[in-house]
Amino acid sequence: MGKDGSVGYVTTRLDDFINWGRKNSIWPLPFGTSCCGIEMMASLAADYDMSRFGAEVIRFSPRQSDLLIVAGIINLKMAPVLKTVYDQMSDPKYVMSFGACASSGGIFNVYSVLQGIDTMIPVDVYIPGCPPAPEGVIHGLMRLQELIAQGQTHSQRRLAQLKQL
Amino acid sequence: MDIRHPIPGNGGDWFIKFGDAWKNQVAELQKNFGNIIEEVRMPQEYPTDVPIVYVQRDKILEVLKFVKESDGFQYGFLADITATDELVNPRFEVVYQLFSHALLCRLRLKIRVPEGESVPSATSIWEGANWAEREIFDMFGVSFSGHPDLRRILMDERWVGHPLRKDYPIRGYQIFTDSQVVDPERLK
Repeated sequence: MGKDGSVGYVTTRLDDFINWGRKNSIWPLPFGTSCCGIEMMASLAADYDMSRFGAEVIRFSPRQSDLLIVAGIINLKMAPVLKTVYDQMSDPKYVMSFGACASSGGIFNVYSVLQGIDTMIPVDVYIPGCPPAPEGVIHGLMRLQELIAQGQTHSQRRLAQLKQL
Repeated sequence: MDIRHPIPGNGGDWFIKFGDAWKNQVAELQKNFGNIIEEVRMPQEYPTDVPIVYVQRDKILEVLKFVKESDGFQYGFLADITATDELVNPRFEVVYQLFSHALLCRLRLKIRVPEGESVPSATSIWEGANWAEREIFDMFGVSFSGHPDLRRILMDERWVGHPLRKDYPIRGYQIFTDSQVVDPERLK
């Protein structure tokens, strides 16, 4: 609608419209395994308030969520669980690697720790820090929103490839 | 380092507090188990915080039972069992950390275990020894005879080797992409 009450139009591609909806209604699954989980809670709570970006509804079921926030160290025994949770999420799904341990194993270069979750599942956004500040988390989330709007996340690219076949 | 100098530890002035009790306890242990006890390290002579008593491997249960139940000892609480890999022969040392709620003092018993030999399980004396011994089995490969359920507790059951041995490579990753299959018998 125009300001004067006249009928107006917005023309767009359907894909862009859908991606606009997706990027503003992210439902995160918090996979907090250690101290990064505390910082994740801080970014979700009132001071930093991730619900400003539509990432408001925290779901603890992988079937109902589309953003997997891996916040913390992943041990080798936890790695199959993470893979199962990722496989249970429905497409399109996004992964945020939260902090040094999830991104690269951090300081724990030992026999029992997975050296980065990207050896197990595809990751869209890495957030550096030990743990990252909430500002960094919000920056990562906005970067993820850009990627979703462009259709450039791993999951969306794979779906586009499947569509072409 | 002057080993006669008392070391300030977490316990503060433990030897001033418990020195007499410890001396009596060690004297009584040596009276009762003279041929079983291999070595005694007291805090004043050796830089340690509590007395360390080395015991023969196959007689450890007798000593544990004695210090748990006798008057003047009453070490009713098994704080921890752990092990160390010394890379000498005998290779491993299994360490029993005891605490007495009656006397508020601590005692450390050690046994030396060659590679491939088994240790009598302390589960008949303390039920809580179960998981601690499983952890030692998992991390060091020291087996315990008479243990009700000796299998890995921390690492995956398909894991090869024992990670806390000195000769295990520090970056010896073994990555499994699927969870370990639980024996259906255990779920009943």
